[in-house]
Amino acid sequence: MKKMRRILGKIVEGMLTLSGMVTTVTILLIIIFLFKEGAGLFKSPVVEEGYQLYVHSSNPVNSLTPIEIKQMFDVDIDNWKTVGGENSEIMVFRFDDIFNLYSDEEFGSDYELLPVKLEEVISQNKNIIAFLPSQYAPKAGVNVKNIEAKKISIFDFFGGKEWIPTSKPAHQFGVLPLIWGTLLVSIVAILIALPLGIGVAIYLSELAQNRARHYLKFTIELLAGIPSVVYGFFGLVVIVPIVQRLFQLDVGETALTGSIILAIMALPTIITVSEDAMRNTPKSLREGSLALGANKWQTIYRVVIPSSISGISAAVVLGIGRAIGETMAVLMVTGNAAILPPSLFEPVRTIPATIAAELGEAPTGGTHYQALFLLGCILFVITMVISVVAEMISKKPQNSGV
Amino acid sequence: MTKKSINEKVAFLIFRVLGIVVIGILFWILGFIIYNGIGVISWEFLTTEPTEGMTAGGIFPAIMGTLTLVLGSMVVAFPLGVMSAIYTQEYAGKGWTVRFIRVMTSNLASIPSIVFGLFGMALFVNKLGFGDSIIAGSLTLSLLVLPVVIRTTEEALKAIPNSYRTGSYALGATKLQTIRKVILPMAMPNIFTGLILSIGRVSGETAPILFTVAAYFLPKLPSSIFDQVMALPYHLYVLATSGANMEQTRPIAYGTALVLIAIVLMMNLLASLIRRKMNKKLKMQ
Repeated sequence: MKKMRRILGKIVEGMLTLSGMVTTVTILLIIIFLFKEGAGLFKSPVVEEGYQLYVHSSNPVNSLTPIEIKQMFDVDIDNWKTVGGENSEIMVFRFDDIFNLYSDEEFGSDYELLPVKLEEVISQNKNIIAFLPSQYAPKAGVNVKNIEAKKISIFDFFGGKEWIPTSKPAHQFGVLPLIWGTLLVSIVAILIALPLGIGVAIYLSELAQNRARHYLKFTIELLAGIPSVVYGFFGLVVIVPIVQRLFQLDVGETALTGSIILAIMALPTIITVSEDAMRNTPKSLREGSLALGANKWQTIYRVVIPSSISGISAAVVLGIGRAIGETMAVLMVTGNAAILPPSLFEPVRTIPATIAAELGEAPTGGTHYQALFLLGCILFVITMVISVVAEMISKKPQNSGV
Repeated sequence: MTKKSINEKVAFLIFRVLGIVVIGILFWILGFIIYNGIGVISWEFLTTEPTEGMTAGGIFPAIMGTLTLVLGSMVVAFPLGVMSAIYTQEYAGKGWTVRFIRVMTSNLASIPSIVFGLFGMALFVNKLGFGDSIIAGSLTLSLLVLPVVIRTTEEALKAIPNSYRTGSYALGATKLQTIRKVILPMAMPNIFTGLILSIGRVSGETAPILFTVAAYFLPKLPSSIFDQVMALPYHLYVLATSGANMEQTRPIAYGTALVLIAIVLMMNLLASLIRRKMNKKLKMQ
């Protein structure tokens, strides 16, 4: 009996130990899956899968970056000199164009002559760049050169200024506009929320009656639990029209609207954390200040605020972390346009909103899917760093620097 | 009056106004949803399916879907979280393992919900092949609320005075017996606040269920854990952003928002009531 009980105790202890590891294991799994899917992007070819780019064999250009390809096909780059070739105009050739040059009969009954015709076109035009499906790859001739299938590079991703996942022939996965958008919306949100939040915290901790403080704090904590989709809905029906009318804009879905909603959402966190920090100011400090003849206001801004500065900074950092990761509310009110440089009064697109808006349409395992996972990795790293920083700040002794 | 006291008067006036304004904003949101939504709520709204392209009818499938997800995620997260907290609080001592686990738990809590959505899609939907299903969504949500359960349980266990543990050992009870017969029964009400808070959190989350379970429109109830369901927060998102008849869906959106807020706020209120009652009881002993 006693032995049974000891064994049972050991089993239970083992189970408890295992479940103690559950959060660690979860984080490990998140890292593995996110980074595995995301890293796949750098193994993907620049050009859309199943397609190739061809040039005339006399063309000295051997490889192109995604942005160069896009600009060539948009006719933003119209001379080979710009991408390191000879000084001649670029002739853009898409697969469909072949049907304007030849009649259907010339391709044969089963389009078996299509590659031959494609080869003909390429060898006749020295300045051509052709975007063709690999399926109908032009017959390898002396005059046809395949542009080397380059992989998407880290630089293309982190240095790219355009996010157009559906762009052909080369998808544009430039993350800069998304990072800027995210930072703009979150930082402006904190700039709005910080003075308001600290003001309320001072009111609650120093001025309000005990009863009033009790009930107000309770309510503010309750409001922190309102789901973000409800804040987004409120922003959509109330704040968007207000912003539009106030600033005479064409659309009210702007970065500013997102910041306002995020500021409202961050307020409860900032208020509670900084109020706690202020209330933790040692009584001796307050009384010392009052005894020296300072009045209450002087005590607050010369003693209470400096001594609680680490708590307040932690609140700010936490608030920024929340704002950067917030998805639904931002998705619903910012208009979601990846524009660089972002402006407060124009639509912007943040990293989380991009993931939420596009993952549903991205085919599993494709480059777009991988790019969205890479965005998830960025978000994960940013919030981890912020969480560690917040931890470090709030661990500092409260009274340092006073 | 001296300049000093005028300064003080002005500063205090500003803070009072700020306080009232901010609290006013927060109440405005609440009031706005309640004012616009209360007229829509009826027994029929809560118990019928959406009809006519979601411009009429009720939100019954979404309510049931959210309840299913709450149940599914709690079945996983609650026992796992409580056991994890018992380990760190009662078994693991004070070494670096516990500190490491704590840091990991707080890190997990800071990960944005959309990242959980990505992860759930990669692991549960694709890798394990569950597809968009209740089980994939529930598992994703349960990982999201684990830190909530763990933290509240830890707090609950910490609140039990050490004398109860030593007293139980002195009577010859083993560690397991002490936990099962003394510690857990006393901490239970506070542990349940963790459960209730998690229910509130799970009911309101949208981003994690976008790609793991949520259905745009599905007027029937699920028959297995591999079915998709509608859910209240996603339904609100759909109604608010992608209807052809915005004018007609607006009232339903208000109603959905109100039901959602009511569930979440009631859960949070209940949790803090239990906590307050328990704290009083523990103080008295």
